[in-house]
Amino acid sequence: MLRVFRSKQKYATVRPKSEQPVRKDVPDNLWLRCESCAAMIYRKELQKTQHVCAQCGHHFRISAFERLQTVVDADSFEALAPLRAQNPLDFPAYEEKLQQARERTGLEDAVLIGTARVDGVRIVIGLIDFAFIGGSMGSVVGEQLVRGFELASSREVPVVIFSGGGGGARMHEGIFSLMQMAKTSQAVGRFRQTGQLFLSVLTHPTMGGIYASFASLGDIILAEPGALIGFAGPRIVAETTRQKLPDDFQTAEFALEHGMLDAIVSRSDMRTTVAKLLSYHV
Amino acid sequence: MNTSFEWEKPLEELETRIRELRSFIQEQGIDFSQELNELERKAERQRKQIYANLTPWQRVMMARHPKRPTMLDYTGLVFDGFMELHGDRAVRDDGAVVGGIALLDGEPVTVIGPQKGRDTKENLARNFGLPHPEGYRKALRLMRQAEKFNRPIISLIDVVGAYPGLAAEERGQGLMIAECIEQMSFLRVPIICVITGEGGSGGALAVGVGDRILMLEHAWYSVISPEMCANILWKDSSRAAEAAELLKLTATDLLRFGIIDDVVTEPLGGAHRDHTGTGRQLKAFIKRHLAQLKRKNTGALVEERLQRFRQIGAFSEHTRQQVAVEEPDTAASEEGAPDDSSGTENDNKHTPDKKVGGGYND
Repeated sequence: MLRVFRSKQKYATVRPKSEQPVRKDVPDNLWLRCESCAAMIYRKELQKTQHVCAQCGHHFRISAFERLQTVVDADSFEALAPLRAQNPLDFPAYEEKLQQARERTGLEDAVLIGTARVDGVRIVIGLIDFAFIGGSMGSVVGEQLVRGFELASSREVPVVIFSGGGGGARMHEGIFSLMQMAKTSQAVGRFRQTGQLFLSVLTHPTMGGIYASFASLGDIILAEPGALIGFAGPRIVAETTRQKLPDDFQTAEFALEHGMLDAIVSRSDMRTTVAKLLSYHV
Repeated sequence: MNTSFEWEKPLEELETRIRELRSFIQEQGIDFSQELNELERKAERQRKQIYANLTPWQRVMMARHPKRPTMLDYTGLVFDGFMELHGDRAVRDDGAVVGGIALLDGEPVTVIGPQKGRDTKENLARNFGLPHPEGYRKALRLMRQAEKFNRPIISLIDVVGAYPGLAAEERGQGLMIAECIEQMSFLRVPIICVITGEGGSGGALAVGVGDRILMLEHAWYSVISPEMCANILWKDSSRAAEAAELLKLTATDLLRFGIIDDVVTEPLGGAHRDHTGTGRQLKAFIKRHLAQLKRKNTGALVEERLQRFRQIGAFSEHTRQQVAVEEPDTAASEEGAPDDSSGTENDNKHTPDKKVGGGYND
């Protein structure tokens, strides 16, 4: 009995080495769960699919740099000179917030903008990055967009703006943020007079002050599937109206159905769609 | 309805004592005129003291006072012969926005603006002054009409924000606001915007692009309401008073920032205490600014309007190279700014951007 017991004990404590190290070495971020269908996705696989879930087609949020690569010709992008935000209201902790956002995103502010080519066609391209203070429009975003439109006017090239993650207003800049809505809308208005195309692409989420200004003023407005698009935040709407809201409320599909979009284009088709539209306007 | 504020209580007590003393003098025939004068002087001092030192939050509350004149009050107080014109020609007539033609000392002008209700019943009919897209479409229709007939536009703004609702979103609230902002920017007639009460974010800016932006003394104008700001910062909208301080939303702040052109002084104690006086004052300001605008030719008018907004922003250029110097005066005057101490950044805060095309345009 005793011997049997011992041998059992030994048997129980010894575990095959081959199984252990694999688990220990798995980094936490190798896999992730799809926000939409809860499928487990291998991160490297996600990069290959341009951050779209292969199971359900959910479009993950991507950075401005990542998006740039999915749209423009390789090595064709040249950024405008960066600008630095100030703190006109002396809003508490705004500088720190900016600094953290700069470090996190590698961007100077919430917009990446410059010249590029798509299938050889020269354009001015702007991309708003949600990871930078919610992709909100402060003075720098406003000014850079206006400069982008002005540059496109002088070079007589189209403008493509991905309002990727336009959170809306930059609260910390108060009235200065609000005025960027006027400033950018006017830049679109002036650009209209050149006869060049302004293609506005709405990606998740495009809300508030960005949606209610330049992003809505494109000659053609596209959106990514499932993107949240609207003026008032869905929570505010729910609280104010105490009304049962449709499941697809303020999605790209909802906007398309109500006549607010020209088309929904998936990320994998975006580059060819942009190129096609540009070719119709040369 | 009790329409006085907490901070007015000491003044009201004083005013009550004055009234009592007056009636006492009348009834008893005893001469207390010296005491009465003393009290009245004290009340006057206190009045000035109180209203000159209102906190931003107190001003927000003044701006929201239920007895404050509304758009439809001003049409009678400032103008004559107002004829309201209804409907957006697409969906319906939005009662939260009022517009029409009126006379300003005999000259036809188009007057538009959000309309809050003056009682519960009217508030329900007017959706508490929160416009749907069709309200903005109506405003835009009337502004285009004004352009056709070369009528100046007076936009009187008192709105917490555009309505956050299902139907509003279905019908393109964001698109309509954007369209209003763009179209208003290029209209070939003088536009005077006046924030008369609340200037809440995009819902206000949608009818807020003009050649002159005026603000009543106790109005507020910001990108977000103090309540929502407090909610975002501290998850506590009851701390709105603190948020109001941070947002720099008073007329004084916005004049200092160069966002507005003029502050329309209100009768002591606020517009709600003296509608006629407020109307008289507002009319004088509108007439003065309109006279200036009418001297400009149309092209210059629109160009200056665009330039005005083009130049708003608080940012700095990054490298010394771009500071190079088309306007040495500007650079020199900005040297005192804190961010400029390193000498590597050009402070562009609140000043015209003189270097457009210089840094990137080659």
